[in-house]
Amino acid sequence: MIIIGEKINSSRKQIAEAIASGNREYIQNEAKAQSDAGADYIDVNAAAFMEKETEYLKWIIEAVQEVTDLPLCIDSPDPEVIKKVISLVNKPPMINSITLEPSRLDGILPLVVDYRATVIGLCQTGSRMGKSAAEKVEIAGRLVEKVTSAGIGIDALYIDPLVFPVGADSNSACATLDAIEEIMKQFQGVHTVCGLTNVSHGLPNRKLVNRTFLAGAVARGLDAAILDPCDKQLLGVLRAAVMRTGKDE
Amino acid sequence: MSEELFEKLTRAILDGKYKDAVSFCREAVEKGLTARAVLENGLMPGIRKVGELFSAGEYYLPELLISGKAMQAAVAELEPLLNAGGGKFHAGKYLIGTVKGDIHDIGKNIVSMMLKGNGWEVTDLGVDVPPEKICTAIAEGNYDIFGMSALLTVTMPEADETVKAIIKAGLRDKIKIMVGGAPVTQEFADRIGADGYAKDAFEAVNKAFSLTGKTP
Repeated sequence: MIIIGEKINSSRKQIAEAIASGNREYIQNEAKAQSDAGADYIDVNAAAFMEKETEYLKWIIEAVQEVTDLPLCIDSPDPEVIKKVISLVNKPPMINSITLEPSRLDGILPLVVDYRATVIGLCQTGSRMGKSAAEKVEIAGRLVEKVTSAGIGIDALYIDPLVFPVGADSNSACATLDAIEEIMKQFQGVHTVCGLTNVSHGLPNRKLVNRTFLAGAVARGLDAAILDPCDKQLLGVLRAAVMRTGKDE
Repeated sequence: MSEELFEKLTRAILDGKYKDAVSFCREAVEKGLTARAVLENGLMPGIRKVGELFSAGEYYLPELLISGKAMQAAVAELEPLLNAGGGKFHAGKYLIGTVKGDIHDIGKNIVSMMLKGNGWEVTDLGVDVPPEKICTAIAEGNYDIFGMSALLTVTMPEADETVKAIIKAGLRDKIKIMVGGAPVTQEFADRIGADGYAKDAFEAVNKAFSLTGKTP
């Protein structure tokens, strides 16, 4: 199970403030805490700053690498930004993310090759997101095809089937879980990854919903997750869910 | 007698029981009550209360949606009568869409549904809508409000571009503009020159009424 620590994300208010005010220590503490808690990658995101994204992301990457040896998960929707910052990383990173959008594929896949990186592929095209399990699996198949035909091993691809609020559509969580199982079965060697917080949007007791969803996803074959590794209850559920699959170490 | 039926209707909306809502509407009409009275005294208090409960954090998204669906079903039952009676249950015409580059639709769809439940005629342009398409729709249709959603920090600038395009096309005076979406704030709405911002679907409905000077 690969854990990607999600906390250094500019869409979180405290992180945005720390970035804007140059509070290096705050960012470094978040990195250390996630590393100590068992993260395998530290996600770094400055996308909320738009025109200053590159500058801030460089600063974050340098700050984080001073305090942890973990590889980074470079998180930006803009291939140009990723291209400008990727040379700073000490270890082969994960890139978050590609979609079937040609500009993202063309901009990012060569970087995956050059930096021996891994990459998250979202189940979305330029104009639509995979909603049903069948749509998600179909898009996943096209991602596998794009990645492998670029000379990248299938095991470098982490497919994110996308998670939607179950409060708005009661079938959406099932669609994601069904897709995870089908993707792992159909595309041997590929990984699946997802974020958790979207599933509980608009619901009470969100953390409980997130944890329960995670356990279900792991049971269906999910082998990576973007989450807060400092959340002990969440990690407890994750460990137990992995144990139940017989795949723990 | 009619008071009791109105209360039952309000309760059906609050509990999101669409079959009850429809059958009580039918019963009320059969008893000779006007569709307008049923709407104003039975249904609207219910959906307004749902809004209050949602804003107060007592109702969550699923309750909001179930009540919204019950409201829509009840309104559909009454609509032919409302329209026949001259006093149209028609709050106004609302054009809605997600900005260019953004393909999120859940929030937009919820706002759309709540507007319909409150008597708005909604035209949905879908997701990833370029400014030109929005301008064409505004020019060709007689809309009161255009509402756009931007769910990502990276697509928020498109909301700004859209407002600029509407101004450039000379259509700004023709329509009120609303903006919403997770990263959007009142401050952002002010900065891009939108007329209104709403943090959730219920605020969006209230804002739509207040912008057009109508009462729900």
